[in-house]
Amino acid sequence: MSVSLVLIIIMGILFAAGVYAMLERSLTRVLIGFLLLGNAANLFLLVVMGQPGEAPFFGVGSPDEMSDPLPQALTLTAIVITFAVSAFLLALIYRSWQLGQADTVHDDEEDVALRERVPSGEDAMNDETSIEDQDDEVTTDFVGTATAPITVLQHRDIAGIRDDAPTDRPTDGGATGGGEQR
Amino acid sequence: MLVLLAAFALTPLTLPWLTNRIGPRAFFLAALVPLAGFVHAGLLTPVVLAGETVTETFSWIPQLGLSLSMRIDTLSWVMTLIVTGVGALVMIYCRWYFDGKTSGVGMFSATLLAFAGAMYGLVLTDDLILLVMFWEITSILSYLLIGYYHARGASRRAALQALLVTTLGGLVMFVGAVILVVQAGTNSISGILAEYADTASGLAASPLIDTAIVLLLVGALSKSAIFPFHFWLPGAMAAPTPVSAYLHAAAMVKAGIYLIARVAPFFAVAAPWRPIVLSLGIFTMLLGGLQALRESDLKRILAFGTVSQLGLLTAVIGYGERNTALAGLALLIGHALFKSALFLVVGVIDRQLSTRDIGELSGVGRQAPTLAVASALAVASMIGIIPMVGFVAKEAALTSLLEAAEEPWALVALIGIVLGSVLTTAYGLRFFWGAFATKKDASGARKPATAWPDPPMGFLAAPIVLAVLSLIAGFAAPWLDTALRGYADTAPEVGDPYHLALWHGLEPALFLSLGCIAVGAVLFGFAVRTGKTPRRLLTFTAADVYNLTLRGIARLAVWTTSLTQRGSLPVYVGTIFVVFVASQATALLASPDWKIELDAWQTPIQVVVAPIMILAGIVAVRARKRYTGVVLVSVTGLGMVVLFATSGAPDLALTQVLVETVTLVTFTLVLRRIPARLGEHNASVWPVARAVLAVAVGATMAIVAMVATGARIEDPISDAFPDLAYELGHGKNVVNVALVDLRGWDTMGELSVLILAATGVASLVFVTHRSDLLSSAISSLPTAAVRTRRPLVETEEGPRPRASAPGSTRQAWLVGGQRMRPENRSIMLEVIVRILFHTIIVVSIFLLFSGHNLPGGGFAGGLVAGMALVMRYVAGGRYELGAAAPTDAGRLLGAGMTLAIACALVPLLFGEAPLTSHFWEADLPILGHVEFVTSTLFDIGVYLVVIGLVLDVLRSLGGEVDRQLQALREAQSARTAGGIS
Repeated sequence: MSVSLVLIIIMGILFAAGVYAMLERSLTRVLIGFLLLGNAANLFLLVVMGQPGEAPFFGVGSPDEMSDPLPQALTLTAIVITFAVSAFLLALIYRSWQLGQADTVHDDEEDVALRERVPSGEDAMNDETSIEDQDDEVTTDFVGTATAPITVLQHRDIAGIRDDAPTDRPTDGGATGGGEQR
Repeated sequence: MLVLLAAFALTPLTLPWLTNRIGPRAFFLAALVPLAGFVHAGLLTPVVLAGETVTETFSWIPQLGLSLSMRIDTLSWVMTLIVTGVGALVMIYCRWYFDGKTSGVGMFSATLLAFAGAMYGLVLTDDLILLVMFWEITSILSYLLIGYYHARGASRRAALQALLVTTLGGLVMFVGAVILVVQAGTNSISGILAEYADTASGLAASPLIDTAIVLLLVGALSKSAIFPFHFWLPGAMAAPTPVSAYLHAAAMVKAGIYLIARVAPFFAVAAPWRPIVLSLGIFTMLLGGLQALRESDLKRILAFGTVSQLGLLTAVIGYGERNTALAGLALLIGHALFKSALFLVVGVIDRQLSTRDIGELSGVGRQAPTLAVASALAVASMIGIIPMVGFVAKEAALTSLLEAAEEPWALVALIGIVLGSVLTTAYGLRFFWGAFATKKDASGARKPATAWPDPPMGFLAAPIVLAVLSLIAGFAAPWLDTALRGYADTAPEVGDPYHLALWHGLEPALFLSLGCIAVGAVLFGFAVRTGKTPRRLLTFTAADVYNLTLRGIARLAVWTTSLTQRGSLPVYVGTIFVVFVASQATALLASPDWKIELDAWQTPIQVVVAPIMILAGIVAVRARKRYTGVVLVSVTGLGMVVLFATSGAPDLALTQVLVETVTLVTFTLVLRRIPARLGEHNASVWPVARAVLAVAVGATMAIVAMVATGARIEDPISDAFPDLAYELGHGKNVVNVALVDLRGWDTMGELSVLILAATGVASLVFVTHRSDLLSSAISSLPTAAVRTRRPLVETEEGPRPRASAPGSTRQAWLVGGQRMRPENRSIMLEVIVRILFHTIIVVSIFLLFSGHNLPGGGFAGGLVAGMALVMRYVAGGRYELGAAAPTDAGRLLGAGMTLAIACALVPLLFGEAPLTSHFWEADLPILGHVEFVTSTLFDIGVYLVVIGLVLDVLRSLGGEVDRQLQALREAQSARTAGGIS
């Protein structure tokens, strides 16, 4: 399938121009680059279409004389999507200007901060892996909660009807011994 | 079984709600489910004893051969009884343990029940892949259970540690399982094992199968806390004690043992099996036993004791002969009973006294005799004192290994188990002494007894039941023998078959056992007298290795992040292009026989357009003013229009010219707010490097275009499009039919992109809301007021028609027109728009419907209608836009997309492929011959979405920006006025 050298040259140059602009920090230039890249990509589809022919309408001529309709369908969607995305980019530019009076993309501060932190140490990142913790040595499930023991209802508890009501520990421990069999 | 599994899956969903209503009593209800499983397994006892296997299968994903196949044989039956029985008891126990607590108990009960369900499935399934799934579910649920006290750092770390270790093991195991399944050609565990036993089959011992077996073992060992994975289990003691009793004594750690037990009768002959299983098992037994002697926390004593016992189980069950299998299963039952009982006892002590440190407890046994007796029974079973089940099992283990002692590995196991039993006796006594004895302080005086509040009987029931069961099982040894024989007989038989019994006479094993107990008791007495604890077995702990690994991974992550996340947009974009060039260039150079067919040009017009487009493209990049740049880009776009038009693509030319116009308008709308000149500070660095990269991309694309087109050997698929378009799509415009019918899914995807972009634009500009202020401001006016066509003026209550000046009946061309500031108005424009608007809308509708046969279609039509809206806005301002499009842009987008989706879905209802179109024709009076294709409806959807997109852009970047500008101006003037006064 023979293709047009002229079209390929235009395409290559538009690609190059688009890439050059997209590597800028200015969002407007990125948008210009994006539009150029979009045109270049459509041109690529046009190149792939091959030899230009009649418009692809049924009954106009034989399919051999028609342009290839498939790249055309692809290009049509691409054109409209390019418009939608460039509208989105424009909204981004507007918002960026509204917030910072600039349409320049600065380096992400978090990433830069992370990069600078590496040599200084990792103390902040292993908060979940350090083995020293005051809780490690506890010997009960009931840390930080005042849990009263569960007891059977006894004569001194008559005031409290619910058996799960918190009670003070009895001081006369031996006296209640053996009471659990009831 | 499947019904029970479903109950296990569904009941947890109701538990949080139920717990809110009735408190911890919901645990009783939760206990019903495992209890049902227990009863079900119990009812199957005669069948299992008869040696039959009960199966139930539900085909789940037949394409992958996955089925919920459940089967009960002896091993599964034993495991089910343990998992459900202990599960039910622990749930009942929880009702008291969590008494008085409210936060998180609902979630906890649900998780615990779901965990029991996962274990139930794990021990019953016959599908290896499904087993891995249940396996992973238990890992995740155990993470939630161990991390129950999520406010504590130690608890969270322990949970994460357990999760990482067990899922790592699970992942490794999954690889092994997949190898086995692929090699055997079946998911069924019994099928794989049978095929492995059949040496003639493809699954005979080979390095690959050995590897798979080792990988499977890694999973089992990590789950069962065998060295070097043992460290997670003591850490997991940060869990509430009922969890420890269930997960770390009866259920989860037994999953690994279960898997070993399941495969050991067959895989034990594999070369790497016995060295791994026996050496690690014995080493773990000794390591855990020694460490248990050093601990002073009752729960940690038990935890290391469990590690030790799991090592014992691994060694005995993993040995894989008939007698050891019998002994191992008896050990497993014994361990589940006594270890859960002991954990629950510790839970009672902890709950009552808020401590479980043996240094702080004294004289508890005297005050709580029932608890002490129950613990004594359990400890006796652990040490192996007649007549407990532990004694029966240990007797069996020692005898079977003695008989096999010619084998070197059996001898190693025997010696290890004897040494381990000494340690078991020592730490068992230490546990009992620590929990219940009256201790002496350094001077030899008795410590005062710790006060003991009596717990209710229900709280004590679970440990007592388990301890008494240990005793009963000992007496029931002959019955156990018949019950467990079904499993043991699957293993190869060496020597005489052994029988479980309480009394075998004065055998060597008995003396070994007695010796162990005696030495262990002496060891314990010595340790108590001197107060010394044995030294560490290893100079480092496995937990340290784990922590070092985690820290290393964290450091690596930071390093990688700082390396790859440069935070700079040009770097990211540049990386993409560099990778693109590198990969494409490699591919091009790798296949050097390029076939390139080139014409200099195809039509003369290409030569005319080329220099214009090239120049415009290059200058656009170097433009110093924004508007210059965009206009020059438009020049390249218009060049495209010419190329399309001369290449037989009228639809493309039409669409492109419309899009160029709308883009330019949109850009102008934004440019109002930002300076025209691109500042110097915007320039990026490294212009030369960027230029090189840009040229490289351009050159690569050019070569790709030439090579790709030259490489085509097949006829393009689109050769058939014209005929298809007419016969299937009933349209003559092939491109349009391709869009709405032949390749309708592409268009569907595109519509989604358009809607996303439109929503993105709106949300970036409106930021906080997306209500349609414009059309609502207009439509709230009485229709009659608008009908008068008097110009709108701004009032306190929003726009209102201007009160008619006396003597004036003049009507406005555009109602919103007078809202504009006078210097911005153009009466010519208003007149033209007023006259042309409806015409343009009619044209757009014509394009929409004629597009099927002539150039046009939904895209072009929508864009033309959008242009009409642009005109109204430019001439009349934002209220005019509101009057022109009295609806929300979101509604248009939604309606269009709904229509398109309906076109895709409705054919499905008639059993046809999505987006199938139908055709009707009729001869109507007046209208004449009418044809209708359903794909036209799809095109109408496209039309609506495109209008919605343009309207959204106008509303946001047009109307809303106007409003914000005005608000800014008013604020400024107010400030100035304030400054003057």
